[in-house]
Amino acid sequence: MTQARQLQSLDMMVNMGPQHPSTHGVFRMVLWLDGEEVVDVEPHIGYLHRGSEKLAEDELYPQIITLFDRMDYVGNFNSELAFCMAVEKLMSVEVPERPQYLRIILCELNRISSHMLFYGTMGLDAGAMTPVMFGFRERERIQRLFEATSGARMMHNYFRIGGIKEEPPPDFKQRVAGVLGELDAGIDQCDKLLTYNEVYLMRTKDVGRISGKEALELGLTGPSLRASGVPYDVRVYEPYSLYNRFQFDIPVGNNGDVWDRYAVRVAEMRESVKIIRQALEQMPDGGPLVAQGVRRIPRPPKGETYLATESPRGELGVFIVSDGGDKPYRLKVRPPSFVNLQSLRPMLRNSYVADAVMILGSLDIILGEVDR
Amino acid sequence: MLNSFKGLGITLRTFLGKPVTAEYPKQHLPIQESFMGFPVLTWDPKVGEPYCVGCMVCIRMCPTQCMSATMKDNPLQKEGKSTRRKIVESFEINLGRCIVCGICEEVCAFDAITMSHFHELATVARNGRRVDLDRLLDLGKEYQHDSGWRPPTEIEKEKLAALKATQSAAAVAAPSSAGPATEPQTGGGA
Repeated sequence: MTQARQLQSLDMMVNMGPQHPSTHGVFRMVLWLDGEEVVDVEPHIGYLHRGSEKLAEDELYPQIITLFDRMDYVGNFNSELAFCMAVEKLMSVEVPERPQYLRIILCELNRISSHMLFYGTMGLDAGAMTPVMFGFRERERIQRLFEATSGARMMHNYFRIGGIKEEPPPDFKQRVAGVLGELDAGIDQCDKLLTYNEVYLMRTKDVGRISGKEALELGLTGPSLRASGVPYDVRVYEPYSLYNRFQFDIPVGNNGDVWDRYAVRVAEMRESVKIIRQALEQMPDGGPLVAQGVRRIPRPPKGETYLATESPRGELGVFIVSDGGDKPYRLKVRPPSFVNLQSLRPMLRNSYVADAVMILGSLDIILGEVDR
Repeated sequence: MLNSFKGLGITLRTFLGKPVTAEYPKQHLPIQESFMGFPVLTWDPKVGEPYCVGCMVCIRMCPTQCMSATMKDNPLQKEGKSTRRKIVESFEINLGRCIVCGICEEVCAFDAITMSHFHELATVARNGRRVDLDRLLDLGKEYQHDSGWRPPTEIEKEKLAALKATQSAAAVAAPSSAGPATEPQTGGGA
């Protein structure tokens, strides 16, 4: 007893990143450790800062779509959609139905491909090397479909203000249906491979817990919030585009731990498949691809607008101020990754250093979006 | 313990199945038809000159300013061989800057620039990614030959004519079958 009192331990500062493979990009965490326990953490961001918001002030509206592609570089279609819809709202443009359905199909496919990447890296973070192979196998099917549709696997530049760029391939519907069939089996397989694996359960259950109240206070959105039991989804609570026409559930977790955040995303992939099936059924076969009266270089009227969409990571909002010119006066993005990162500190405190990587991974941040 | 073995079973089944990966440098996965590689300039074989007239629309619309061009009077027009009054004199694309967004192709009114299937950027020369007019046209000819490229405006015109023909045929539906209905079927591949 007396001896124990004499031993004094000092917190050790450990620098994790920015070149650490498990930080999912160039992200730096400064961890203060007491033995194996994390006492405090200080996230350092900005290594991938490209000044997209400022750049956007000097680019024409159609050119800004390419910037949005590079913001959330795993959910490209979802970022493009947020920007295009914000400008459409500013110009009060009514987008025809067919491009709307096509956008939803592509966005939901993108959500699946993004979650598949999350699934793979989550496995890697936990020390399982196999899931990433399965995740990327499924992702590849979607990516190939994107290549056939937009011409690019990642940086599509396919959505336009008021519609989409060009006609998808003639066999688009059949191809999507085929991919969905493969995905059904693929998601089940991925699920079986990792979700209830004993080792994985031990690594993830009750790790990095956050209550629903705390999550809301921190501004957490997306699957990470829903894992804490708050059924908030922009697609349901503030339906944009045609999302009010689809029947789908919001997967919700109970504990708000790493496993819940993982399981919610796996469940969400199945919901996305459901949405795409319904969209394929409802989609009209012909019709204009771009709204009438939208010029190639649009000049939205003077004013400002904010529009929120549900990206794979959470609420992606775009705020635009227009002075009536062909370039926005100011553009602000509310990136879900950046805001979700605020909850890293409460989650990491009093957890073990081995779980730090898991907790960071479970937030599914994309550094391109955090830093912009 | 059971679930871990279930997972192992999946691994084992996949292990025995056909591999889904490709050994990249030795084996290339097929490129989709609509794939957008780097932009190239197209060649008009009927006249024997590039489609590009150097109007600089693509250069002004490029988000990364990776291109530059100059134009000159077309010598072939004076000889009466070409309808293009101006023609491109020099054209340079810095492929290292290009982000393959496809805006240049979209804004081009002369079918002069198109997104090819060329996408492998490794070069031995330090300035190997700055491609000039000759190289762009070579790449363009290669792409035109391989993919059967046709000017998009021509395809658009044909589509319009076909649409008109069907509409008029449907509208008339009378004994006098429209003459131009057979016209749009001419003009095959490149």
